Order: sequence, then C-alpha cells, then structure tokens
Amino acid sequence: MQWAISVDHKKLALMYIGAGLCFFLVAGLEAAFMRLQLARAENDVIDPETFNQLFTMHGTTMVFLVGMPILLGFGNYLIPLMVGARDMAFPRLNAFGFWLFIFGGLLLYFSYLGADGLYGAGTAPDVGWFAYAPLTSRTFSRGNSTDYWILGIMVSGFGSMTTAINFIATILCMRCPGMTLMRMPMIGWMMLVVAFLVLVAIPILTGAQIMLLLDRTLGAHFFDPETQGSAILWQHLFWFFGHPEVYILILPAFGFVSEIMPTFSRKVLFGYPLMVAATVGIGFISLGVWAHHMFVVGLGPVLDSFFGATTFLISVPTGIKIFNWLGTMWGGRLHFTTPMLFVTGFVAMFVIGGLTGIMLATVPLTWQLSDSYFVVGHFHYVLFGGTVFGIFGAIFYWFPKATGRLLDERLGKWTFWLLFIGFTLTFMPMHVSGALGMPRRIYTYEADRGWEIWNLISSIGVPVQMAGVAIFLWNAIRALRRGPVAGDDPWDAWTLEWGTTSPPPEWNFDRIPTCTSARPLWDRKNPEDPDAYYE
Amino acid sequence: MIAIVFCIALGVAGMAAPVEASQEDANAAAAAPPVPPAPAPVRQPDGSVADLDAKLVICDPDAPPVSGAGVTSIFEPESPPSREIRELGFLVFAICIGIFVVVQGFLVLAIVRGVRSRRAAGREGEGGSAEPTQVYGSVPIEVAWTVIPTIIVFVLTMVTIRTIRDIDITSPPEDALEVIVIGHQWWWEFRYPDEAGEVVTANEMHVPVGRPIWLRLESADVIHSFWVPRLAGKMDLIPGRTNYTWFEAERAGIYLGQCAEYCGTQHAHMLIRVYADEPEAFDAWLDAQRKPGVEDPTVAEGRRVFAEYACLNCHTVDGTSDGMFGPNLTHLASRDTIGSGFIPLNRENLRAWIDDPAQLKIGCNMPSLKLDAAELDAVTDYLLTLN
Repeated sequence: MQWAISVDHKKLALMYIGAGLCFFLVAGLEAAFMRLQLARAENDVIDPETFNQLFTMHGTTMVFLVGMPILLGFGNYLIPLMVGARDMAFPRLNAFGFWLFIFGGLLLYFSYLGADGLYGAGTAPDVGWFAYAPLTSRTFSRGNSTDYWILGIMVSGFGSMTTAINFIATILCMRCPGMTLMRMPMIGWMMLVVAFLVLVAIPILTGAQIMLLLDRTLGAHFFDPETQGSAILWQHLFWFFGHPEVYILILPAFGFVSEIMPTFSRKVLFGYPLMVAATVGIGFISLGVWAHHMFVVGLGPVLDSFFGATTFLISVPTGIKIFNWLGTMWGGRLHFTTPMLFVTGFVAMFVIGGLTGIMLATVPLTWQLSDSYFVVGHFHYVLFGGTVFGIFGAIFYWFPKATGRLLDERLGKWTFWLLFIGFTLTFMPMHVSGALGMPRRIYTYEADRGWEIWNLISSIGVPVQMAGVAIFLWNAIRALRRGPVAGDDPWDAWTLEWGTTSPPPEWNFDRIPTCTSARPLWDRKNPEDPDAYYE
Repeated sequence: MIAIVFCIALGVAGMAAPVEASQEDANAAAAAPPVPPAPAPVRQPDGSVADLDAKLVICDPDAPPVSGAGVTSIFEPESPPSREIRELGFLVFAICIGIFVVVQGFLVLAIVRGVRSRRAAGREGEGGSAEPTQVYGSVPIEVAWTVIPTIIVFVLTMVTIRTIRDIDITSPPEDALEVIVIGHQWWWEFRYPDEAGEVVTANEMHVPVGRPIWLRLESADVIHSFWVPRLAGKMDLIPGRTNYTWFEAERAGIYLGQCAEYCGTQHAHMLIRVYADEPEAFDAWLDAQRKPGVEDPTVAEGRRVFAEYACLNCHTVDGTSDGMFGPNLTHLASRDTIGSGFIPLNRENLRAWIDDPAQLKIGCNMPSLKLDAAELDAVTDYLLTLN
C-alpha cells in the first residue's frame, strides 16, 4: 500500500524497473516460442495465427513495456539524486505517468483474454509492432485485437509524455547550487535529449493511432486506399515516431556507459563537451532519418538518397561516443566488475549493430536486406546488445545504491557470459539467414533454402540466454535477502548519488549538496587535484 | 572472436560464390542438377505428413546452378540489379570490416593495457599514486575522430547514390517486357499485357532470358513485397499506388523468392517462382497461355461441378467463368505448384486442396465447399485437364 500511493521518485522508479523486468520475462518467453517454431524447416509446433501474435506482442512489449519503462525508471531514480534534488519536479504527475504505463500494459495483455469479445479468447494483436495500414483496417483485422494494441500503447504513451515533462523540468530547474548544465553528469544530458525526443515523437504516434481508431470505429478513411486514403501516410507517421524511438531506447544506455565506464576505469569521461554535442546532434538528426525504414516503398531516388545520407550522417556523432568511451578506458586502471563487463560488452556489440546499420543505410543493399533476418539481427545488436546490456550493467551498478546490498559478483559474471554467448549464438546467424534470402515474420520456411542450420544455431542460443537471466533473478532475490551490505559508496564513484546513504532517505539529501565540477565527489576525495581546476 | 565468426559465416555463405560461378560458366553444360530435390512434407487431409518427394520434385533440375549458398542468396546474382547490389555490398562490407577491426582492436588493446596497469598499480600498493592520470580530452584527437568518419560517410553516400542511379528503377530499360504483378492475400497474380490478348497467370512467372523485365507492382488488398533475391532487390506492392522495378535473368532456370512484407496469416506461404525460359520457349509458353481453357468432354461432370458450386465466383477459366478473387485457373495444369508455390501440383494434393484448403494452408481465404468424394474426383480431374 505504501508503494501504491507513493509519489517518491525512487519507489516509482523501482516499480517501473520491476514491472519492466516482469514484461521482459513475458516478452522473452514469446521470443523463445518463436525460436522453437523456427528451429526446423516446415515445423508445426505453433500455428501461423499464434506465431503472428507472438512476434507482434514480443516487439510491442519489448519497445513499449520493457525498454521505455526500465529506462524511464532509471531516469526517475537517478536524475534527482544526480542533480542533487529532493524529488522530481512534479511528483504526483510522476505517479500518474507510472500508473498509466501499468494500465496501458495490462490493457494490451488483456487482449489475450478478451480481444475478440464474443468470438472467443486467445486473440492478441497480430499486425506486427509497426502495424502497417491497411492490414490494420476493419477489413483485414477483424475483432478487437488491433483496438487493444492502439489503446494500450496510447495510454502508456501518455504516461511517457508526462514523465518526459518531469525530466525536463527537473533537469532544467532543480539542479543543486554550482551544477551548471555543463557540470551535469552525462546521463543527465542523455535523459534531457531523450525527454525532448519523447515529447516530439510520441504525440505523432498517438495522433496516428487516434486516426487509425477513427478509421476502425467511426469509418474515417485516413489510411484506406480504397477511398483516397494513404497506406504510406501511416508509415511516415509511424516511423517519424519510430526512429526517434530507437534513440529514446539507446541514449539512456549511452548514459549508463558514460557513468559506469569512468568509474571502473578510474578516469574522468574523455571529451565531455564533445559528448554533449554528439548527444544533442543525435537528437536532432534522429528526427530526419525516418524514411530509411521505407527504402522499399518506392519513394524515388531523391528521397532515398536524402534519407540514406542522413542515416550515414548520424553514424558520425554515434562514432564520437564510442571513440570517447575508448578514450576513457585508454590509460585507465580497469576493474572488471560485472557492471563494467556489461558496458564493455555493450560497446563491442553496439559497434557491430552500428556497422550493420551503415550497411542498411546503403539504399540499394537495403533493397535486398530490408525486411529480412539481416534487419532482425541488426536491431537486436542495437537493442539487445546495446540497450539490454546497458540495462543489466545499470542494474548491477546501482542495485547497491537502491537496496543497500551488493549483488554477487561471481553469479553476475556467469550472467554476463551466458547472455553474451547466447546472444551471439542467437543473433549473429540471423545476418547470414537474412543475406540468404530469409524474410522476417514468417512462421515457417522451406527446407531447400539453406536457412535451417542458421535458424537452428539461433534457436540454440535461446536456452543459454534464459540460463543467464535465471541466474540473474536468483542473484537478485538472494542479494535482497542476505546480500553483503554495500555501504554508501561501494564503487568509489564520483557522482552525487554516492554521497548519500544506501538506500537514500526519502528526501535524498539531508542537506542539498553543492558542486564545483562534473565530479563533485572526486573534488571531495581529491582536494589536492580537483576537477574544478581544469574547467 | 565475433569478427571471426561473422567472417566465417559470410565466407561460407557467399564469398566463395563468384569463384565457383565462373567455374560453372566454363562447364555449364556439364553441370549436374545442383539443387538438392526438396523433400516437401505436406499435411494430408487426415492430418498426417506425407513425403511427396517421390511424386514430384518441387525444385526443378533446370534451376540455375548455385554454389551452395542457397537458392535465394543475395550473393548469387543472375541479373544486373542484384549483381550491382552485391558489388556495392562487398565494398561497404569491406569498409565496415575495416572499421570493425580498428575499433575492436583499440578496445581489446585498451582492455589489455588497462588491466595490466591496474595490476601494476596494485603491486606498487600504497606507494603508487591512488588514481591514474586524469585526461579530460584532447582537441586534435577529437577533431580527428569527427572528421575522418565524416569523410568515410561522404564516400559511402556518393557510392550509394551512384548505385541508385545505375540501377535506375524510375524508367523501363530499353526493349523491356512489361509484366503487371498484383499481390493478393496470399498469392501472386501476373498479367502480361499484349496486343494479341492479355495473359493472366498466378504464382509462377515466366520470363524470357536476356530481356529486361519491367515489373509494374500493385496490390489488391494489403501491402506485399516482391523479392526474388537472385534477380533484384525487393519492392513493395502497395494498395492505391503503383511501384516499378526491373530485372533481367541472365540464365535459364527457376528463381525462387517470396513476399517480404508481413501481410497477414499466411505471409510465410506466399512464394514466388520465376521461370526464366529461352526466348523461343517463352514465346511458346505465351502462345499456349493465350488459348482459352481446354473443354475436354470426358471431364464434363467436373466442369459442371465447378460451374455449379461457388468455384466460378472467384476463379477465372477462360470460356467457363470469370471470377477475379482467386488465381486464374485457365492453364492450371501447366503449373508445377498450387497454394502459392509451396505445394507440388499433383492429383492427390490438388484433391486435398479442393476438399479443404485450410488443412494445407491455415487461414487461407479459399473456403472448403464440402464436396462429396465423387464431386471432388470429378472437379480434380477437370482441373487437371486445364493445361
């Protein structure tokens, strides 16, 4: 009850992360069923309708109910602590946003029980997570499953918007004395840009979903080609949301890396101002690349070239970040704790996802690879090897702060290596099967195509990853019960959250801290050589 | 480690292709049937799975040779657009491998140095400095790793635009044969506009070798995507809009592909078979397809059943019916497959299909008409005469 009525940013954040992890398990299970079906050619463990629901729900869940809430949850937990504030700017709005997310998620999953109403149970949405028109029209999507998809995502989307407003207000107005914007921890910048992207992108999706709802329920014709509506309009609107969304999902993870890597390299983040510029640059460019999802729509050579060029361009600021992290590690004294393993794995995996992204920006190559398993491999390298690895790193790093107890390092390393190996087994072969002509979203495939071995390897990776996640859950439960006490500052870190108790009191700081540089605790620990001297 | 895995994987899959292809050019005549016959287990009406391999080989032996990467590999082009894409792909892949090696190399080096430095500091104990030298940044280095990637990106953009222009899907190549492709849930309609009479067929597209084919892509319902990897990149078929693309098969044989944009329940079973025939064979095929349906008096009963039940509402048989919703059946028996390319056409399969299509293709839009055994036999016999 104390949790249900709480407006404390830390409690809400933990609920965000906890709920996100529950959805993560569900979405992972959905993926496991898909891999089971695809392990062999012409398999018939799962029928096509169920398979189509599985990939729709897996994608929708991972993006809207796992990635977003966990990352916004970390933002919620960390922003006030790291900028030295007592809570978010609007605590009640914060609670409102959280409960909208929960309600939206449950509404989406209620579709498994009630989407077809009188027709019977068991009909989750099956239109794919990007729900292309006109497959979503009443003609082709009967029953109510698509309406549940619209409403569930719309409701949780409103929650994300309120959270974004809260982030912006807190970051801009509630930094402690001495913390100028350029002395803010890097994760603050990431979250600020993310919040702006949420405010620009999500309303577009919400608007498009309202149009779709009007089409479906009131006979409007926005996306109905039979009556001069446009099927491509949906794609433009969806991807104008959809591509910034990718950066919404990856920038916070960049933030985790930018905090964790310096701590365990025992060095200050290399090139802070350029890092800020790259983050803001990514924010802007990400609003101008959406049609690279539409290279096979036939937009014509001019638009194809333009969006290919902007997509190439965004790799420049992204590359800067990777180089700056390497610069941070270079010459440091590296402590390979579990969080450090995860963020190092993040960098290695994300480089691969970025490079396959460059291949996919090559428009004619995408005429072959678009909608193939190559794309599935690519975005899992970004969103699993990137975002999920970042999230695990963050959980291992801030768990002691949030609970006062340390996770077990040995089990943590098992989790990392199992996830890393399982991940590589599952997603690396997808690049090959895609290049061999395997389209995504097929529930079965012909035996003569030469895809079977690659699919089998992909499926073998699944139990390995599941073992990693299971060990993590065991680790977390065990640590909560009888983990070693962490103390205020177990990692000897430099940002403000480590200057208060673990877990922090409801008011965060007995006295509002002041800071003189981007690493206030460094200055306190090394008074003879403070950062402030170099600013 | 990952680099090695990736290289081996792609190497096995594709890098060997150009070499082997040239060998095959040299002794094309001697080339053995290269595609392994596909065992095609198809579910029987009673739910059992039968191996139909013995009855009909779905991948014909006259398919163009493949080196082992697969019958739908983008590494084995047999047409100018897919060949240009492969060349561009190798270039971009090489650049990416270069970047990969440099970045991961520095990462590994940083890790090795960093761990060594920590151990050294640990041995020095309290005597050494507590923390390593703090480096806040370096303008020249940061400028370098901003400018160099920008240059690489500029080059990539230029070669991309050049290839877009080279392939040029905005206007038909000279002397191109136009084929209209219409996507349906879940099958393909091919129409050959021709002064001597339009030819309409389904799922199996015949084209002449050595002549550009200009595809006009339309959809009857939702969005589909036409993808035959060895011939060209994919292009969407979008309702309310017309798209174009082209290819030119360089060798006779069968090229496989399938729908690449999720289009509903049976997206997985919307396969494409492109038959590249020698020009004379193609003309003969076109002439045969132009004729009205055979009216064989020995199967008049089957024709009566076809006309009496709902069959004719959806299917065209020239001279008998003019339904538009399902595939044109005027020359059904001239095709190798039913169900959009995944069920070999033979008497047993056709009869099972007519009995209850959903048994073979769950969610299929063709209903079971609940014919009795005699009617099923009659209509199956009738359809098999339509060659």
